[in-house]
Amino acid sequence: MTPGQNRTLLVSQIKDGTVIDHITAGEALNVLTILGIAGTTTESLSIATNVASRKEGRKDILKIERRELRKEEVDRIALIAPHATINIIRDYEVVEKKGVTIPAVIRAVVKCPNPGCISNAKEPIESAFEVLPKGLHCLYCDWIITRDIASHII
Amino acid sequence: MRHIISIRDFERRDLDHFLDQAEKFAKGGFDRNRLAGKIVALLFFEPSTRTRMSFASAMARLGGDCISVDSVEASSIAKGESLADTIRVVSGYTDAIVLRHPKEGAARLASEFATVPVINAGDGAGQHPSQTLLDLYTIRKSMKLDGLDVGILGDLRYGRTAHSLAYALSLYGVTLHAIAPKGLEFPEGLLEELKDRGMEVRNHHDIGRIIKSLDVLYITRIQKERFPDLGSYYDVASSYRITPETLQGVKDHLILLHPLPRVDEIDPRVDSTPYARYFEQSRNGVPVRMALLSEVMG
Repeated sequence: MTPGQNRTLLVSQIKDGTVIDHITAGEALNVLTILGIAGTTTESLSIATNVASRKEGRKDILKIERRELRKEEVDRIALIAPHATINIIRDYEVVEKKGVTIPAVIRAVVKCPNPGCISNAKEPIESAFEVLPKGLHCLYCDWIITRDIASHII
Repeated sequence: MRHIISIRDFERRDLDHFLDQAEKFAKGGFDRNRLAGKIVALLFFEPSTRTRMSFASAMARLGGDCISVDSVEASSIAKGESLADTIRVVSGYTDAIVLRHPKEGAARLASEFATVPVINAGDGAGQHPSQTLLDLYTIRKSMKLDGLDVGILGDLRYGRTAHSLAYALSLYGVTLHAIAPKGLEFPEGLLEELKDRGMEVRNHHDIGRIIKSLDVLYITRIQKERFPDLGSYYDVASSYRITPETLQGVKDHLILLHPLPRVDEIDPRVDSTPYARYFEQSRNGVPVRMALLSEVMG
């Protein structure tokens, strides 16, 4: 096997679906969690982690066949993968390429670490955080998460 | 529809407006039937004396009525009803809801489900905006709020009144002296936020020297349960106790405030000094809450 063939295996093309490239190395599984794609999903998934990248050194790549992710869906991953790019694939061609934008408010993505927060009680609400430069601000209890955001993902 | 949830929701002009209104009510020149025919629900899912009674008094002075729930045990919450459902139901009976609840963010949740205005009367270790307003009001009765040296003493890590007041004072160019035992200092996140808002914050572990340069000293309770044993609690609590001796050499116009109830943190001998304003502060809860009730229902 030549080095070129090896590379082809890692990034083999999909016919239709979404390729998320330039994910921060090690965050691919968290990205899947945020997108609500679990192990029982019917979509075909390819996950490559710690792939060599000229830009980032190492990166993760996700390929989801037969599902085109909407912009608002992928923006939710911006918190942990701010440099990710989204490629929409139709019949092996990239028909759309876009970056991610960090939304002003994220809902039902992160669990508030404050055990006394009403969003952790049995109430008909979703967690809601305002995205600030220094971290995430809980819109219910005002708790601010400044580090290790991935560990609070629902 | 206007809710009063967190002091963070307000700008300086809003706070000044509430304080101006409270001042008018305190002077007595107001319509005693201003809220006649209005009903407010006092939903108190945690114990309260001052806040609950002063809201009831404020409503009565404005000609309105109160209906109340005084504990979780006496409500449908005990049967497993969500707060959201309780709020939806109570909205149908009243013109406003005053809520105290043990969970932080409860008032924000209530505002999302209520069809009438919600006033937060304290949510867990979170916000207590009417207390902050009466604190500001009491200071403003004695001196201009701008540019003061204000000390906040006690359990600054968990004390909701301390957090809210610090946040509000950041709108007035105040220098904040945070005086707390080791381990009970302001949370890092709050300190950063205050500094981002341009506030000068100085941390102290000792009241002795700094008290002489203060215009206002806001004293809060140091809670026994924060300490591993009673011995270490008494060691710390005694070193933060305000006595007539501690007050020697302070500025003549210094005022001492406390959200009450106090336990051991202020010697009763201090009550008769010109500095003690905590009972007046408590009284000021009525005009301030009259201003808030009028604002949301008037």
